[in-house]
Amino acid sequence: MNTKNSFSRFLSKFYVYILLLLLYAPILVLIIFSFTPSRLIGNWSGFSLSLYGALFKDKEIMQAFANTFLVAVSSAVVSTVIGTFGAIGIFYSKKRTKAIMDAVGNIPVMNAEIVTALSLTILFVFAGIKFNFLTLLIGHVVLTIPFVVLSVRPKLMQMDPNIYEAALDLGATPSKALRKIVIPEIMPGVFSGFILSITLSLDDYIITAFTRNTAFQTLSTYVYGVTSKKGSLPPSLRALTTVITLIALIILIIVNINSSDKKEENKR
Amino acid sequence: MTENSIIELKNVSKHYDSTNVVDNFNLKIKKGEFVTFLGPSGCGKTTTLRMIAGFELPDEGQILLNGEDISYLPPYKRPVNTVFQKYALFPHLDVYDNIAFGLKLKKVSDGDKMRRLTTDEIDEKVRNALKIVDLEEYEWRNISTLSGGQQQRIAIARAIVNEPEILLLDEPLGALDLKMRKDMQLELKEMHKKLGITFIYVTHDQEEALTLSDTVVVMKDGMIQQIGSPEEIYNEPENAFVANFIGESNIYSGTIAGEKKVRFINHVFDCVDEFPKNEKVDVVIRPEDVRLKKDDDESLVKGKIVSKIFKGIHYEYILMVGRNEIVVVDTKDREVGKTYGLQIKPDGIHIMKKELHTNTYTDAYIDKNNKVVISDAAFDCDITKLVKGSRLEEDGTVTGPDGTSYDFTDADVIAEIGLTDIEILDYVEDATVSGTIVSIIYKGDHYQLTIRTEQDEDFVLDTEYTYDENDVVGLKVKAKDISLKLKGEAKKYAKK
Repeated sequence: MNTKNSFSRFLSKFYVYILLLLLYAPILVLIIFSFTPSRLIGNWSGFSLSLYGALFKDKEIMQAFANTFLVAVSSAVVSTVIGTFGAIGIFYSKKRTKAIMDAVGNIPVMNAEIVTALSLTILFVFAGIKFNFLTLLIGHVVLTIPFVVLSVRPKLMQMDPNIYEAALDLGATPSKALRKIVIPEIMPGVFSGFILSITLSLDDYIITAFTRNTAFQTLSTYVYGVTSKKGSLPPSLRALTTVITLIALIILIIVNINSSDKKEENKR
Repeated sequence: MTENSIIELKNVSKHYDSTNVVDNFNLKIKKGEFVTFLGPSGCGKTTTLRMIAGFELPDEGQILLNGEDISYLPPYKRPVNTVFQKYALFPHLDVYDNIAFGLKLKKVSDGDKMRRLTTDEIDEKVRNALKIVDLEEYEWRNISTLSGGQQQRIAIARAIVNEPEILLLDEPLGALDLKMRKDMQLELKEMHKKLGITFIYVTHDQEEALTLSDTVVVMKDGMIQQIGSPEEIYNEPENAFVANFIGESNIYSGTIAGEKKVRFINHVFDCVDEFPKNEKVDVVIRPEDVRLKKDDDESLVKGKIVSKIFKGIHYEYILMVGRNEIVVVDTKDREVGKTYGLQIKPDGIHIMKKELHTNTYTDAYIDKNNKVVISDAAFDCDITKLVKGSRLEEDGTVTGPDGTSYDFTDADVIAEIGLTDIEILDYVEDATVSGTIVSIIYKGDHYQLTIRTEQDEDFVLDTEYTYDENDVVGLKVKAKDISLKLKGEAKKYAKK
């Protein structure tokens, strides 16, 4: 009885570990082999940080790295502002308008990215706009806005609908009520919308490829470019992957600490 | 404007789509008064309050504050503050900042300049408000750590700290449990006395309304049913709805039998109200106005106890008088099955003009199948009633006694249906029209139901069977029971 019990407990734990291992093995392999200078993965030719050295010296990669973050942060800022006000606007509209806007707002989420990318390209060509940073920015904003709306909306729905009116009642003008009451109240949703926008923009390839100026490289277009040219992964990319994973990990930890702080505060 | 009225509502109406939520509302409220809007849900009381607060704009009419028209003034410019049903406190601010929110936005006149309040002034006012609601030293608490009752007090403090001219309270005690509610009622009354602010209170709880108010405004379907002191509302209800809504009451259909005499439950009683003889009336008797006497007094009407419920301070008995029920409360323990004489003093019998003898539909018309259309539903009817002595031909025309032929297709008519002539059906499929029961008034031996169709037309009928409010039922009327009257001359429809 006892042995059977402990065996099944072992099995259930084992299952979780196997699952986690499968999930993280590829990244782990990359991380491990980022500390060895061999050309091929699988060959351990001694511990070295030379790949990192090469990575930070590679001007092309560093430029792509900077470009990626520039696009991600600026598009996230723009779409967070537009998306948040959009969500508030939809929330306070009449029933019919609200239903229509909710449905329409969901289409870009469901839609294949390639469709969005193509239609944007056609639009820019049609309007005679040259592909530059602005078109790329617009592309990323279009990509991420619906996700901001989607992450702000539940916070609005959880909010007591009367608090906006209560603020007006106490003498706040509509814009003050929005700034002092509604926005602080939905801030967690706005923040997660912002983070979501950044992560979506960081690894986007399709829209970037269609809407950028060809001289402008982001990490995804750079990686795609070198792999399709050379056929194999340049070793310094392993170091790059590790750095990106580390950044993602840091963001995740910040978000988690932030939300657990909130919970602690509420308990007190 | 009368000198001492602080707020006045003049012919205020509000519609959503085509329904009148508030219909021609007229009210003057004196400074310092405690006024309650009382009514069932959907009667328009909250909408009226929201129009005073400025969250809704009236479609018609005016709202005057100290004689000034504020109908379209935005809420943040009105010297009025609201306590919301679910408190609506700001969760991301602590108690102090919640209460100080209005103060920080406020500008006061200082000589001939306007200035903001200083931190010390705000501090003092917040402390004071917390003292009034009995929550001193709660300044730095987080809202989510407070109980419902405490949150309610903070909501009140947040409103009164701004020293509004009028405090609006939208069912503020609705979310509290019974014991807490009773305590808060007393505290609110105390607060009202101390602060001297005009209170406008919205509730569906009649007991709360009677306990708290100087004046009660009873509402139904967006219309004021009665305005009066709690005593007036309770003792002299203006109609059967008010009587039924305010406290337990026995309501009967009666007929005036002579000077200050009324006949109901097959017995003639003395009363104090004067009405013309043979007038059909509603009679209301409060359970506590009936005395149970020994049954050897021949002059008294007799009733037999059929049910007894112990209610703490008294017993509630139901007696049968012939086919009618009467509810009586009495402190003595009596046995079920025993017969007593019922004594009702003349001033315990409240007589009201009967609201309705028949259903009258003034915008009915005849369709091409010779049916009468009421509320988009076609009822079978006897179309020959439109012309005396006429007969119906096979082709659907009507031939009058003088041989004239009439075609009544699309003729506008007034249709009348008696209260007892409408048949109520549980199966909507078999019915001519269906609707929702919106009101039930018990009249001793039958219920008077009001059934509202989707087209917002009401059918009032008497039935012996029990139904629940909001039940969906079907209605049917026999052709012979619909009386028809033509609008305009019959000549118009004569065939040439």
